[in-house]
Amino acid sequence: MDKKVKIYSTPTCPFCMMSKKFLKENNIDFEDIDVSTDQAKAQEMVQKSGQMAVPVIDIDGEIIVGFDKEKIRKTLGL
Amino acid sequence: MMFDLIIIGAGPAGITASVYAARKKMNFLVITKDIGGQAAWSGDIENYTGYQFITGSELAGKFEEHMRKYSIELKENEEVIELKRKDRGVWVKTDKGAYEAKTAVIASGKRSRELGVPGELEFKNRGLTYCATCDGPLFAEKDVAVIGGGNSALDAALQLIQIAKHIYLINITSALTGDAIMREKVRESKKVSILNSTRVTAVLGERMVSGIKIKREDKEETLPVEGVFVEIGLIPNSEFAKELEKNELGEIRVNCRSETNIPGIFAAGDVTDVPAKQIIVAAGEGAKAALGAFGYLAQHR
Repeated sequence: MDKKVKIYSTPTCPFCMMSKKFLKENNIDFEDIDVSTDQAKAQEMVQKSGQMAVPVIDIDGEIIVGFDKEKIRKTLGL
Repeated sequence: MMFDLIIIGAGPAGITASVYAARKKMNFLVITKDIGGQAAWSGDIENYTGYQFITGSELAGKFEEHMRKYSIELKENEEVIELKRKDRGVWVKTDKGAYEAKTAVIASGKRSRELGVPGELEFKNRGLTYCATCDGPLFAEKDVAVIGGGNSALDAALQLIQIAKHIYLINITSALTGDAIMREKVRESKKVSILNSTRVTAVLGERMVSGIKIKREDKEETLPVEGVFVEIGLIPNSEFAKELEKNELGEIRVNCRSETNIPGIFAAGDVTDVPAKQIIVAAGEGAKAALGAFGYLAQHR
């Protein structure tokens, strides 16, 4: 079953780029949300994660803050 | 399993060392917390020969690609806790295991210095950050404080001018340091208030940061800000190597052959006392250290 993946990111953040690269390399489709241009989405991200830091990765409601490769792998069952 | 070489770190120095070790067909292991190191965090790079312009994450990506071209043994997300001499080789303990080798290259780099005030840990990623490039855009139209007075603080302040409502630059010394061009730009901006001779004594808030406590000329006051950007320099990741000689900054002392005070243990890049902290210098030092380890093995076989 495919999981729904969203990534809240900013264009300049290295760990956001690494996270997206990692997802792409593993053929995971994801929605990329640029929180630098969308304040409402930025608020949504802070609500979900309780933190003010990017990237935040939402995998079917499970929230991962930062580029935590092992956690992403585990949550996606890679 | 006894390796020929253990490389600690995979920034520009560690990655270059691993490329050289792979090409010398050494039997080696790379242990690292992350890949790319500080280079991955850098913004625009315009002084790495061959690239007139490249971003830090792109350059780090190319380094990683180059390293992975060789089938090397790589322990990622693993932190070295202790390194010491054992018999005629090296013993390395990490948060996940222990390893032995005949030689080592320490290329563990530097990390952001912390303020060491109450509230700092509690509010990390809750308004307090060490990466303006990453998290800056989350503070649109908010009042923020940048702590520091050197180049990285000025760089953060300049980035935030485009984003935040107002920026307080909190500098512990009596005048800003850093490049003149950047100082000028910061001074010219109406969005920045520079507070010299001022120290931060606490980070305040409930769930998120709501302010900082500052002290100037023995007077304490509270500054209401929602963002705190800590840019007070870097410290070397050298604590695990207790037997090695270091300078007063904690940087590992090396000679022009990248040798430390212990035979068979080499060091390279920003963790060492080599003066120029540059990506290209770190890469070059990494090559020297790997070749040094190779030569040492040839002599002591």
